Amino acid sequence: MLELRDVQVVFDGFRALDGVDLTVPDGELRFLIGPNGAGKTTLIDVITGLTRPAAGSVRFAGHDLAGRKEHQIVRLGVGRTFQTSVVFEELTVIENLDLAAGFRKPLWSLARRRRGVSETVAEALARTGLEELAERSAGVLSHGQRQWLEIGMLLAQRPKLLLLDEPVAGMSKDERERTGELLTRIADDHTVVVVEHDMEFLRRHASTVTVLHEGRVLVEGSVDQVSADPRVQEVYLGRKASDAVGNRP
Amino acid sequence: MIRRNLPFATVAVIVLVAAPLLLEPFRLSLLAKYLCYAIVALGIGLAWGQGGMLTLGQGVFFGLGGYSMAMHLKLTEGGGLPDFMVWSGVEELPALWVPFANPVFALGMAVLGPVAIAAILGTLVFRQRVRGAYFAILTQALAAAMVILLVGQQGLTGGTNGMTNFFDLFGRDLAEDSTQRGLYLVVASVLGVLYLATRQLVNSRYGRLLVAVRDGEDRVRFLGYDPALVKTVTFAASAGMAGLAGALFVPVVGIISPALLGVVPSLELVVAVAVGGRHVLAGAVLGAVVMGYAQTAFSEQFADGWLYLQGALFILVMTLAPKGIIGVAERLRRARTT
Repeated sequence: MLELRDVQVVFDGFRALDGVDLTVPDGELRFLIGPNGAGKTTLIDVITGLTRPAAGSVRFAGHDLAGRKEHQIVRLGVGRTFQTSVVFEELTVIENLDLAAGFRKPLWSLARRRRGVSETVAEALARTGLEELAERSAGVLSHGQRQWLEIGMLLAQRPKLLLLDEPVAGMSKDERERTGELLTRIADDHTVVVVEHDMEFLRRHASTVTVLHEGRVLVEGSVDQVSADPRVQEVYLGRKASDAVGNRP
Repeated sequence: MIRRNLPFATVAVIVLVAAPLLLEPFRLSLLAKYLCYAIVALGIGLAWGQGGMLTLGQGVFFGLGGYSMAMHLKLTEGGGLPDFMVWSGVEELPALWVPFANPVFALGMAVLGPVAIAAILGTLVFRQRVRGAYFAILTQALAAAMVILLVGQQGLTGGTNGMTNFFDLFGRDLAEDSTQRGLYLVVASVLGVLYLATRQLVNSRYGRLLVAVRDGEDRVRFLGYDPALVKTVTFAASAGMAGLAGALFVPVVGIISPALLGVVPSLELVVAVAVGGRHVLAGAVLGAVVMGYAQTAFSEQFADGWLYLQGALFILVMTLAPKGIIGVAERLRRARTT
């Protein structure tokens, strides 16, 4: 279970997060939405150790995450993707996945050549549908395929908690659809938190939604509850017509 | 497997069989010197080409290895204190020198000394996420500091002149052609073994991880690895290679001095690796040998022109063929087959 209490983050006097409380029980698929600058990505950065909170506590599966390094948090079972997908272009798809699957092995055991494909990697390949591209270098993948590879790498890590930052940004409609199905399937046996802007995607795939606004949790509930809430309409949905909510820069 | 290893086997036969038969002793020991540099270059190829750590101070590790060996040679030639100590008015053997009389200790220090220093430096520096140009400048400063230290400790290190006049190695006369030929074969074999080991490492999962650290250190953290550890291990390995190369260099060339390990020689090796092709280990080795030969050949004609030519070559390679000689060769081969 992921539990954030009164988390505050200040950048040069700007309160990016201003006392966020968030609880995500095991096995839940949680969507995190909010207008630009609401603090969604900052929240993920805090959980994964990229940003240190000025105050508050972050606990996951009984561990206090405060002060832990990024790779140590990953080793506790927290994985994430980034808005701009980062895969290793000089390595093949398989090598990228194999790398992601290998961090629990002791470093010296990596000095051996990879033989074949491990079960974990094969499963990640199958789930993301990248089998045909397995031996291609990641540099030649399309934008959508890269995002899938990143999700695949995340799966290969075998994390307990997955944090996905705008996984469908920049994808075509078909790709969004596939990604949505992928996420739903992943959520069957993982705890997943998804930051997403795309309202249509949200309606189709989300169950529980947390709305952030100006560094605070505004509302939390089902998609219907949230979209019916007048405060949400005011800060987010209501503005959509006049000020189309684009992707965060 | 056989096809993959064919180029290596061919080169190994040329280097180990043909060269000792065909080259006169003077040329053979020049080649032995280049192969010593090639061992350092192999380490640079690993740290820089594969791991992205531009190390401009490999001379430091080369020097540590060289001085360890030189101290040992000075102590085994008999006749009391080493000559330069007598000239500097030192009357008793310094305590630091005493254990170097043991050949195992001397050789061990030649490798483990550099490894330990690189490991400590790496731990301090990479943990603080110092990288890129800052790391390069730091290593270069280290090379400059090393020279100042060596020059300042005249009685301990021979100062600017360093150490020379070595007569025998493990009981064999260093002036003999057969000793020099034997040394050549040792250097060539060490290079061959290290090359195979490094290639194995580069092709392993660790090698993939190293490339990933080079191309996206921050992303690697979120794959659950500690990039600082990966970099430190790699840097230490490259330092160990440079140390071993230094230890081999001393009996081959017969001298070690601050001028051989300062900023300029450290840079020259990086240039050689770039010219050969830093992305491939073979490129690093090739670059060191080619540049070594070019330096000798060119300096025999025009003594002072070499530095300019070297600089020009470096600029040329960086702008026109960033993958070096190996890159050009690969492009030509592809053009021919398609």
